[in-house]
Amino acid sequence: MAEKYLMKGNEALAEAAIRAGCRIYFGYPITPQTELAAYMAKRMPKIGGVFVQAESEIAAINMVYGAAAAGKRVMTSSSSPGISLKQEGISYLAGSDLPALIVNVQRGGPGLGGIQPSQSDYFQATKGGGHGDYHRIVLTPASVQEMADLTGLAFDLADKYRVPSMILADGTIGQMMEPVEIREEEPHVFEKPWALTGTQMKRPHNVVNSLYLDPEELEQTNIDRFARYAQIEASEARWEEYMMEDAEYCLVAFGIASRVAKNAVVSLRAKGIKAGLIRPITVWPFPKEALAKAADRVKGFLSVELSMGQMIEDVKLATGCRKPVALCSRAGGLIPGPDQIIAAAEELAGGR
Amino acid sequence: MTKNILIAGFGGQGILFAGKFLAYKGLLEGRQVSWLPSYGPEMRGGTANCNIIVSDEPVGSPIVFEPDILIVMNRPSLDKYESEVVPGGLIMVDSAMVDREVERKDVSAVYIPATTLAAELGTPGLANMVLVGKLLKECPELAGGDIEAVLSKVISARHQDLSASNLNAIKKGMGY
Repeated sequence: MAEKYLMKGNEALAEAAIRAGCRIYFGYPITPQTELAAYMAKRMPKIGGVFVQAESEIAAINMVYGAAAAGKRVMTSSSSPGISLKQEGISYLAGSDLPALIVNVQRGGPGLGGIQPSQSDYFQATKGGGHGDYHRIVLTPASVQEMADLTGLAFDLADKYRVPSMILADGTIGQMMEPVEIREEEPHVFEKPWALTGTQMKRPHNVVNSLYLDPEELEQTNIDRFARYAQIEASEARWEEYMMEDAEYCLVAFGIASRVAKNAVVSLRAKGIKAGLIRPITVWPFPKEALAKAADRVKGFLSVELSMGQMIEDVKLATGCRKPVALCSRAGGLIPGPDQIIAAAEELAGGR
Repeated sequence: MTKNILIAGFGGQGILFAGKFLAYKGLLEGRQVSWLPSYGPEMRGGTANCNIIVSDEPVGSPIVFEPDILIVMNRPSLDKYESEVVPGGLIMVDSAMVDREVERKDVSAVYIPATTLAAELGTPGLANMVLVGKLLKECPELAGGDIEAVLSKVISARHQDLSASNLNAIKKGMGY
């Protein structure tokens, strides 16, 4: 096993991106993701990579579009207000079937909001964000190790399916340090025959484009893309189950909320309430099957979130509202403590 | 063994660095650790705090809601966090900076004029490490280990010359 280092989540993600073969980064500073950009600024010039601090988030995402069209592994990162600015570009990436990685180290909103951790960009990340019918693959790290591990996966999935992917983190996971092992492995290389790399006068031109004035043609691009989305939904949902074997109450939480929820599960069991946790690792595709199966067995669900309640809608959809789904949340940059989660679970369990 | 530690004070007092030392010490001793800073404007002069967890078990929540150990380097931090410490916990106070005593009777209180002691060493900025030294003395579960090895990890390569003064400050705290 390689030596473990203490790294901030933001730094671990940046290093993992480099190990995954990313040599092009465009960004703009914003708390709480700035360490990520700073790390890239320091490392990229030393390894023959490119770091550009763009004049804005909008410029950065369109630079990403250009590099992705050329078939390069490319990423950008920001935090909530900056991610809002990138939405147009993300829709264009999706509409042009371009792989790229966008990292959102979320902070409280709406508007400029605050700088403390949040998960209130869940709807934006999973339901679209920009205009048009599209999805992106959204991975939600719950530890510094996962900030590293999910980054390579996010690049691979983006390349495999030709879709933009997103790491949806939060200020806590970005700022905290934990021991991390960044695995030494060769980046996975994907053939990109569609990339704009010059024809050498040997092949027809490739075209990367999201404009289709003929509605039938545009409809067909949507249908083709959704066939790929169906494949992704069928095979790429990821989640972790914790103490679910005999659970009667299922907590559902991702990212930092899942860490607190795990502690709460242990405390609830000590109090005689059989709690368990399903932690979505992908929130698009959402682990519907895991939730649906749990709904056969458990008496109720508790969605634990750092928002006014967003993921709870997917929990209700996935379980067909067959069992009660309650919400335990804080917003604005605050994090529900174990006591709050325990109280909410006890209420769900019938005010024990 | 799990120790949930909260260190709090003003930005610039080395709160985050003291926490980093404790986290690295745990890591080098094969323990599970997490380190979570307050971030943003606090780093530039307001209040700063740092959550550290050192455990023999995997760390669940990295957020310390109820500290076993609270180290305060100013009065507002004592006022804010005193009530959150678990019964039987430990509160360490830089008595050169905090003009009141711990009110709770169900916790251990330790007072050390860390800022004064650090100034006597000629390194007024190392009150944080004097407190760390005192903690290593007061808390047997955190004691021992190779302190110089930890310092060599936690201090960046180009500042290794500061290792000796940090070690001095830690020893000062241990000897108090």
